Amino acid sequence: MKSGPSWFNVTSLVLGFSFLYLPILLLVVFSFNESRLVTVWGGFSTKWYVELMKNQQLIDAAIITLKVAFLSASIATILGTMAALVLVRSGRFIGRSLFSGMIFAPLVMPEVILGLSLLLLFVAMDQARGFWTIILAHTTFTMCYVAVVVQSRLVGFDKSIEEAAEDLGCPPVRTFFLITLPIILPGVIAGWMLAFTLSLDDLVIASFTTGPGATTLPMKIYSQVRLGVTPEINAVCTILVALVTMGVIAASIATKRQQVQRERDERAAFGAAG
Amino acid sequence: MSTGTQDKPRRSAGGWLLIAMPFLWLMVFFLAPFFMVFKISFSEVAVAIPPYLPTFDLSDGLAGIKDAFSTFSFDNYIWLTEDDLYWKSYLSSVKIAAVSTLITLLVGYPVAYGMARSPKAWRPTLLMLIILPFWTSFLIRVYAWIGILKNEGLLNQFLLWTGLIDQPLIILNTNLAVYIGIVYSYLPFLVLPLYASLEKLDISLLEAASDLGCPPWKAFWKITLPLSIPGVIAGSFLVFIPAVGEFVIPDLLGGSNTLMIGKTLWVEFFSNRDWPVSSAVAVILLMILVIPIVLFQNQQQKAAEKQA
Repeated sequence: MKSGPSWFNVTSLVLGFSFLYLPILLLVVFSFNESRLVTVWGGFSTKWYVELMKNQQLIDAAIITLKVAFLSASIATILGTMAALVLVRSGRFIGRSLFSGMIFAPLVMPEVILGLSLLLLFVAMDQARGFWTIILAHTTFTMCYVAVVVQSRLVGFDKSIEEAAEDLGCPPVRTFFLITLPIILPGVIAGWMLAFTLSLDDLVIASFTTGPGATTLPMKIYSQVRLGVTPEINAVCTILVALVTMGVIAASIATKRQQVQRERDERAAFGAAG
Repeated sequence: MSTGTQDKPRRSAGGWLLIAMPFLWLMVFFLAPFFMVFKISFSEVAVAIPPYLPTFDLSDGLAGIKDAFSTFSFDNYIWLTEDDLYWKSYLSSVKIAAVSTLITLLVGYPVAYGMARSPKAWRPTLLMLIILPFWTSFLIRVYAWIGILKNEGLLNQFLLWTGLIDQPLIILNTNLAVYIGIVYSYLPFLVLPLYASLEKLDISLLEAASDLGCPPWKAFWKITLPLSIPGVIAGSFLVFIPAVGEFVIPDLLGGSNTLMIGKTLWVEFFSNRDWPVSSAVAVILLMILVIPIVLFQNQQQKAAEKQA
């Protein structure tokens, strides 16, 4: 029983991961198709990528999307990290269960409800809709993801280091920046990246909260997809998938390296102490 | 040492500020909007900007609210019960979400199990491979299936080539395509919590069972499955709740007879521009989901407290 993974386990892993990756792989392959027909292979070509570079509307949408994602992810990371600290460190206070409810609910709340409700709020506030309302909306739902990611990092954290710093007279804000933040940084970075990609990806909430002049890339892709599958969309999607994959792999290598470094430091410290 | 005395009151001003900022943000941008939806759902559609009649204004004080209550219109809700489109949408959303959750569970359990039983050295890579689709666009992943499921798509081409079928299967724009889309999109959400609970499982329990002559399938049924129930529940909620209100999948993969409430709400809002009715649809959807959402939250909170 202990002689490596059984054939059943290997089969289910192979089937499961093929199911997850085959569709994306096919999408990428057919973005290099010479033929306009997406599903018939007509030879290798990069012409659809060249075509993309000429599509000014699409490039504008991509720029708006990146700006929205960058700003909303940054605000969400600050608020989400604060929320995680509150969840793990602040103990009991009035409204705590309301607070944690508001953190967990958006994770499962259907997007149509979030989008519609925020739109009605912006209308009631007489707020002109566009770039900034998308940022507010995205910040709100992505900060909850950041909070959950950072929280899991905070839970496995040795509190005595912080207490030592405070006993030595280090003010709380400084303790946070000198001790807490460096330790939870991988979680904070992962949270920022998750917020960034969620914002990059969002169609429904952005469609509700946008106004004239602020069309994001998913909205653009969606309106074209409704007209049919084209190699250009495959090319846009391939670029997005490639960017995100590279980002995630780079981040995970960086985190791993940091972890190895920290383990080495700890071992050295214990070695010196012993 | 002055900070020591300042810390005496249990929470400093900074501590309160830490709580207040995210709290207020969520109150304004998450909780308050629900009251707006609730309010507009009692309004009437109008040819105006914004396209609904005003209901009540808090600036009128209590009298104003009382006044408004007498003119409150339940028309939208009555409308929802009279037109069977909405009933059917709700029922069919819940059904599609429940069936897809079950299929996702059947597909995801062996994957999570295989991951948890794989050699330790493989696990970080496998985990990474499960997480990676989270980061790739939802829209793109749904879009990828259109090219596969179309009548002249890759799946039909493949099946025709193998000779298994001689007529292309019609899958795109049917409920079957919606099931495939939901299972595919939400699989990682189910595998992750399930893997977490399966990985924690003490393998010596299974060894003890097998030493005592328990066949593997029985050990699975008696030990592994019951111990993985928290993961099963967390994962199922993460699939079921968002799937009920799903819009993109039924819109792109489903057909004209695929009824899902997220799509109905979208059409009501963007095509018919009937904000009050779409608000009423949202209120009822929220009422349907409130029980699973509260259960999910409690479970998350309990898990978080256990960790701490």
